[in-house]
Amino acid sequence: MTQDAIEDRLTPLFCDVFDRDDIVLRPEMTAKDIEGWDSFNHINLIVAIESSFGVKFQTSEIEGLRNVGHLVELIERKLNAKSGY
Amino acid sequence: MDFLKLPWLPECSDWVEKLRKAATLDAEELGGELRGLATARLDFLRTSKLDRLMQREADALRLQTPAAKRLRLAVAASCTVTHLIPAIRVGALRRDLWVDVYEAPYGTYRQALMTPDSELYAFQPDVLLLIQDPWHLVSGSRSTADDAISGLRACWQLAKQHSRCTVIQQTVLPVFPDTLGNNECVYPESRAERVRRLNEGLAKAAVDDGVLLLDAATWAARTGLHSWYDPALWHSAKQETSPQVSPLYGDLVGRLLGALRGRSGKCLVLDLDNTLWGGVVGDDGWSGITLGQGNALGEAYIGFQEYALALARRGIILAICSKNDEKNARAPFERHPDMMLRLDDIACFVANWEDKATNLRRIAKMLNIGLDALVFADDNPFERNLVRQELPAVAVPELPEDPALYASTIAGGGYFEGFTVTADDVARVGQYRDNAARVAELEATTDLPAYLRNLDMELIWGTFDEAGLPRITQLVNKSNQYNLTTRRYNEAELREWTQNEEVLTYQLRLRDRLGDNGMISVIIARPKAGEPDAIEIDTWLMSCRVLGRQVETAALNLLVEHARSRGYTRLVGIFIPTEKNEMVRNHYLKLGFELHGKSPEGGAVYELPLPGYTPFDHFITVREA
Repeated sequence: MTQDAIEDRLTPLFCDVFDRDDIVLRPEMTAKDIEGWDSFNHINLIVAIESSFGVKFQTSEIEGLRNVGHLVELIERKLNAKSGY
Repeated sequence: MDFLKLPWLPECSDWVEKLRKAATLDAEELGGELRGLATARLDFLRTSKLDRLMQREADALRLQTPAAKRLRLAVAASCTVTHLIPAIRVGALRRDLWVDVYEAPYGTYRQALMTPDSELYAFQPDVLLLIQDPWHLVSGSRSTADDAISGLRACWQLAKQHSRCTVIQQTVLPVFPDTLGNNECVYPESRAERVRRLNEGLAKAAVDDGVLLLDAATWAARTGLHSWYDPALWHSAKQETSPQVSPLYGDLVGRLLGALRGRSGKCLVLDLDNTLWGGVVGDDGWSGITLGQGNALGEAYIGFQEYALALARRGIILAICSKNDEKNARAPFERHPDMMLRLDDIACFVANWEDKATNLRRIAKMLNIGLDALVFADDNPFERNLVRQELPAVAVPELPEDPALYASTIAGGGYFEGFTVTADDVARVGQYRDNAARVAELEATTDLPAYLRNLDMELIWGTFDEAGLPRITQLVNKSNQYNLTTRRYNEAELREWTQNEEVLTYQLRLRDRLGDNGMISVIIARPKAGEPDAIEIDTWLMSCRVLGRQVETAALNLLVEHARSRGYTRLVGIFIPTEKNEMVRNHYLKLGFELHGKSPEGGAVYELPLPGYTPFDHFITVREA
């Protein structure tokens, strides 16, 4: 899956978790840029992503996410590892 | 089977569209749509979305929900549970209940329980849900399972001391890895073993103390602990239960609250062909159906029949609803050697060619129970959808293709959630069958008084006592139709009246020539505040099984006699209308009371002057237990 495809699939998850329908993701976005991205919704987001992409985040990754771009890279890496690349 | 996906609920392909539409409705219309939205397979994101919509209109929705369908739940936990609350509200909504939730701030549950004027008690919860994580309960190397149980009992004690709420205790998740292995049980000091012993002791303590369990430990074993509890989320957010589990968790709490409010199913209605056996009996003949040992599919159907029978043994009524010629439909019950279910186990047998919605209405009527007490099991998706559409009150579990999974699917859905098995429950199937015999005799007779006289009825009355309390509690919280005030009380509240000399309490049993009907009526009368000459009937309810048998007139004679002997001159009755108790609208008028205005809660108040009362004639022998 390309980074663009991952981002496309992330957008509706962000919209669901933060209860908005106008979220446009950019790689440099952080929790400060999206209203409601607090620690509570952060966990919801992580679990939604895990379930949608079939991946698992490590304890350190959950807290260490820097921005949306980093999240996309992380998902990409996990998907590649899964499919044996 | 993946219980986390709520497989007993139907998929709804246009759910998002429906939710969007519902969001444009005003609160009144929204109220009608919400339950349908909740009764679909929902993941945790959709559950939260639905809850947000409910909360947006909370004030209006709460107002338009009758008191009997509202409930206040306090949640007190040692770990993070905020993510479970929306699903709890949705799980209750699925049982047609509106729940207001108070969540004690993180880490403060003990203080909240110990402080009489805490926010928790000020909230006046009907129910308190206690959730303690295993790290909290089994900390340090010296605290034993018994210490932990004593700690929990102290919490229950505090809650009961400062509030009238029913306590629900979550069991403890077995999250600790073992240190010894398969035989961890020989090492009581290990944390894994302490949790196991803790859950064992907890079950006994809860029964002794009248506390209900939310058995998360067993459910986590069913779903797989790894999907219930995620160590990464525990370390990041102190969640012992993953948000992914919340739809199931909320449903588990919802079914407990539903059972407390009398919303559990009472009757399992079964289709026949490809539900109880393989094949079509009308085509294949009774000897040609797939059922019985020696054939994998035939054994799977036996497994399902065994489960239905186990439900019947503990008081669930079984009925048949099948599109068949009746003679063909009955043949396997009468002749097939491998049938587990026999005609004796079935309270109501309907086989004809009419549509199933019509037949389910008929079954509810014959058994004298509400449509919402029916759970309908049918392998055919067409029939299931038809019933869901025509009779939204009937619960219709989605059955998987494989009959080997029917039983676990229906059990998983928690349609028959209960707290006790009373002697009356065990005898129930027989009672409903006896009643069918009475109905048959009654239909054959043209002389009603002669019929009633020949029944040799005996009404046995007693005041509330410890032995009767479980069944009294059950009746007070389950009866909807023949119930004048639909006031719900928990066991503790009812127990208080056993010790209060001023209150007249009655538990009534009816026996006759055809069998024992068990406890069929409960009446509570209390002195009317500020009017020393009047006593008021707080609660009067009766099982619909004994309608038209003169029980109410015999009971009134008794009540009047006792009220008079205590010097009262007026008996006051109240009728509070609900969606379901239309049948008792004129109860007091029929008994000779006169209308006397309105009660504060919108009911009608009636009065009966006691001095001139002439006892009603009836054919019942009345005696004290």
